[in-house]
Amino acid sequence: MDFGFKISPSSAINLDKVDLGKFEELHKAEPDVYKCMACGSCSSTCPASRFSGMSVRKVILDLQRGREKEAVALMRNCMLCGKCTMVCPRGINTRHLILSICRIYMEDGK
Amino acid sequence: MIYQGKQKIWADYQKEIPDDHWFYVRSCIRQNFFPGAEHMFLEICRNVLGKDFFETEYHTTCGGIAYHCDTIPQETVMTIVARQFALMTEAGYENYVASCITSFGNYAEIMETWREFPEVETKIRELLWKACRREFKVPKYLAHASDLIYKYRNEIAAKARFRLVNRHTGEPLRVVEHIGCHYSKMFPSKGVGGAEYPYVLCGMIESWGGNVIDYPERRHCCGYGFRQYHVKANRGYSVSNTYKKFESMEPYHPDFIITNCPGCPYFMDRWQYVIAETQGKTYGENGYGIPVLTYEEVAALVLGYDPWDIGLQLHQVAVEPLLDKLGVEYDPDAKYKGLDRKDIMRPELPGVLKCC
Repeated sequence: MDFGFKISPSSAINLDKVDLGKFEELHKAEPDVYKCMACGSCSSTCPASRFSGMSVRKVILDLQRGREKEAVALMRNCMLCGKCTMVCPRGINTRHLILSICRIYMEDGK
Repeated sequence: MIYQGKQKIWADYQKEIPDDHWFYVRSCIRQNFFPGAEHMFLEICRNVLGKDFFETEYHTTCGGIAYHCDTIPQETVMTIVARQFALMTEAGYENYVASCITSFGNYAEIMETWREFPEVETKIRELLWKACRREFKVPKYLAHASDLIYKYRNEIAAKARFRLVNRHTGEPLRVVEHIGCHYSKMFPSKGVGGAEYPYVLCGMIESWGGNVIDYPERRHCCGYGFRQYHVKANRGYSVSNTYKKFESMEPYHPDFIITNCPGCPYFMDRWQYVIAETQGKTYGENGYGIPVLTYEEVAALVLGYDPWDIGLQLHQVAVEPLLDKLGVEYDPDAKYKGLDRKDIMRPELPGVLKCC
């Protein structure tokens, strides 16, 4: 029967079953990744966000939760313009962080 | 009495509840969902326990639903509530008891705001006077109706005809207790047992012979959450919450669920039908659902009232398997007879969820 709404699939993530090895590698290369407080300044200033959903905040959260495929798919929309680096209140070099994420998470490194 | 150690800590979570003389205000939605509940509350308090409970037909909504749906500002809600307090003052009462959990949370929030910001109370007094020429005293004591049944639980147990025991096996019934979010999550000190150890329903179950089930999502919201349900596009969130709760309690095979909120019994009852139709899943035994009752209905059941007189036929999930376990006598043919044996018509039966 169609009620016009349905049960949403669970978005629960079991962190005990998530392999965070690559995230640890990223943390070694970019210690500042732990500084992110998910304020969203990067996302609100991102020129690609409106058209592609690109969001550095979301990418970092996805990586922390082991959702690597989703993060990589988002990363492909980045134009490396660097506006997010200019607005980050924690002074994270997000542009450099994005390049490190590409190197570690993207198999072809591109 | 001097309390020490754990006793002292536990004492901080207790409420001193006055025994008698209450001004009672009804809920907006409970009378439509489970009309027998509020009727049985007054019946038990007045006629079984001999207490003084006053209610007036002039009281209105507390404004809680509109307030929590962000459609009216708090000053408006405060003025509505001030009028209710004025009715209480005019009737000569000082103890105020609300049937609705959201009303209770709303009153607690407003009284706390006035205590913190007396200038707001002064402003509301002026607004009320301009609006309807009434004056009010702030209640000396505010309680939720479940606090009172909790207080009277042992008196009810002493007069009970049935206990929450499976008469076939002799085992206590396994009961899930569900506390409304606005009871103790907003102002933990206002509820019996606070937010961490809400004891108001557990106390009733234990006094009446049942066993309380502890399960992972015990303190999860029922799914109503006002804006989750009232906006149709969000109803998926509402049913998803309920689904999560039922999935969590399923392994413990509860015999029934007891609640103290207007929305919780309704949504946990009706969403079982929606879950059955959409997922093909039922949570009770033999294709039935898990009956969801209000605490007044459970009190009335153990006191031996006729299940159809307390409105149990208005539940989506059939209550007959529970009545059989309790040993309550009932006439299946009288299920859909109203006052004076008038036929109130039969609902269409669902396809998946088994109903008697």
